[in-house]
Amino acid sequence: MEKLTVLDAIAVPLLMANLNTDVIIRIERMSLYPRGELGPWALETLRLDAEGRERPDCILNQAPFRDARILLAGANFGCGSSREMAVWALQERGYACIIAPSFGDIFFNNCLQNGVLAIRLPAQRVEAVAERLRHGATDARVRVDLERQEIRYAGGVIAFEVEPLARQSLLQGLDPIALTLQREPEIAAFQARDRTQRPWLYG
Amino acid sequence: MSTPPGPRTLFDKIWDAHVVAEMAPGVALLHVDRHFVHDLGGHAAFTELERQGLSVRNPAQVFAVPDHVISTAPGRTGGNAPWSQMHIDGLRRGCRKWGVRLFDVNDPQQGIVHVIGPEQGLTLPGILLLCADSHTCTHGAIGALAWGIGASEIVHVLATQTIVQRRPQRMRVWVDGTLGRGVEPKDLILSVIGILGAGGGTGYAIEYAGPAIEAMEISGRLTLCNLSIEMGAKVGMIAPDERTFHYVAGRPFAPQGAMWDSALAHWRGLSSDAHAVFDRELRVDASRVAPQITWGTSPQDVMAIDARIPDPAQCSDPGQREAIASALAYMDLVPGRPIAGTRVDRVFIGSCTNSRFADLERAAAIVRGRRVASHVEAWVVPGSQAVKREAEAAGLDRVFRDAGFQWREPGCSLCVGANGEMVAPGQRCVSTSNRNFVGRQGPGARTHLASPAMAAAAAVSGSLTDVRALRG
Repeated sequence: MEKLTVLDAIAVPLLMANLNTDVIIRIERMSLYPRGELGPWALETLRLDAEGRERPDCILNQAPFRDARILLAGANFGCGSSREMAVWALQERGYACIIAPSFGDIFFNNCLQNGVLAIRLPAQRVEAVAERLRHGATDARVRVDLERQEIRYAGGVIAFEVEPLARQSLLQGLDPIALTLQREPEIAAFQARDRTQRPWLYG
Repeated sequence: MSTPPGPRTLFDKIWDAHVVAEMAPGVALLHVDRHFVHDLGGHAAFTELERQGLSVRNPAQVFAVPDHVISTAPGRTGGNAPWSQMHIDGLRRGCRKWGVRLFDVNDPQQGIVHVIGPEQGLTLPGILLLCADSHTCTHGAIGALAWGIGASEIVHVLATQTIVQRRPQRMRVWVDGTLGRGVEPKDLILSVIGILGAGGGTGYAIEYAGPAIEAMEISGRLTLCNLSIEMGAKVGMIAPDERTFHYVAGRPFAPQGAMWDSALAHWRGLSSDAHAVFDRELRVDASRVAPQITWGTSPQDVMAIDARIPDPAQCSDPGQREAIASALAYMDLVPGRPIAGTRVDRVFIGSCTNSRFADLERAAAIVRGRRVASHVEAWVVPGSQAVKREAEAAGLDRVFRDAGFQWREPGCSLCVGANGEMVAPGQRCVSTSNRNFVGRQGPGARTHLASPAMAAAAAVSGSLTDVRALRG
């Protein structure tokens, strides 16, 4: 997993609430295309018309936001289906950080698994940053510093908090499976004990 | 990591019993008792596992079934979507290689993963169960702790038989009263989603309890828990009781004989203690719930069938106003009008939410002696081979077929649009499934979520209809 410490990039506001993973990546795209080929289909329901042409009125297609690497989102972003391809598609389109008042729980975990920084920030704060982004190109850059846990934007500095284990994993690009495999003796001990306590589970 | 001493909730008890290690404050490594793998992700997970040079740690705890990408057309042998065969073959290959039990396409035990788990006795009280599907919360109805995971986590679980998880908060939804005539568990849970909203359960494990839950049969409980994720809760659960034990007893994978007795003794302790504290509580009166129908593009966009379509102009919050207006535009509905009477094109009775025998029975009770309206294409997709057999033995297939319904093979079908079965752009479909998202049943498809009886009522009358009027 790639390490993430500081991200200085264009941010785009997309504040609609309850934006679900079906809309982030359509099922037929994720079923047909392998990882690595999902980027062009990220958020197509919003970005593209029925003929597959970019909608000029969609902020994701407008300069400078089309080059954004930070996504400012609404509450409950990534709710719905557990499809991790939603994270892959966003990542492949360039988004490395998503800032929202809240996230779908499964989506949030999927972000962590892929080194995408998901930051929870109170709605007024997200709104304040979004407001500033809309001022124009010079104000569209945001600097997210995971080490210092702060967001710098044209309107000031905002502190945020990521839970320590997740922060450490992101900063060091740790592999979750490798971390767990270090616990193998504890897993084996748990199962040995459990086989005597709940033998019906181990047919 | 374990709960502090004192009264504990059902959730606490099962969580505590599965802690292998504490990874950080509030974050535990938990043992996974059962892991279900399906056809939309299984193939990729096995491939990724092998790419990383890992093995399946406990193949006997893993079960696989194709449901998402397969066709449900009568006589099917696989799937019709361009990607179906790749996913089915990949799942078969992985299961063969690692010795994972596979219920293949036309196996007598095949079905939608969240239907066959409980039905085959794989889902048991007190277990921790995971599957890479958000509706895994369904299994909580048996008294299991169950939730949906992502693709990376499948590999983690296959390789380690554990999951790293932050402990959620606990919510209890207490339901008093009795559901009225023509009102189903689906209506109850849709109305709860309407109250809490699509994000109201985010960060929580929900326990459903109270007199209305105690009186509810297992099939209804499965529907209730299934929709927990639609308010953001990864986990929905119900304490196992005599109904649960009666339901589980004798199922193919359930413990037998002396093993059953010791399991039962263990399971009887699985309920929230009298003074257990929940982080949030919601009380609902079942007797006040009317048959529900969704009007928008989120399950929270729900209303009573005899009410009027919401008017965005009456909404003071600009964000909400915009959301309502855009949902109504997508759904082609006019604000302020009654929703009943809206003409429909398709009806789908199926999905992990509502495809069990009791669901089909209630739908058939409405359909019996009536015909599907001539402009409506109506499907029944039983949740499993076992449900299909039971329904056929009871003659339900004839009731549906005689009325003009298609009687199909078990699978996810029109709920998910991953199998080539879709609702055409602009078509309006009444669906017993779980998501009315934009494009969920196909690009441009308009979905109204409802109970099986309400879906049946729409099929025979050709429009959104209050099922209570039909029963009369």
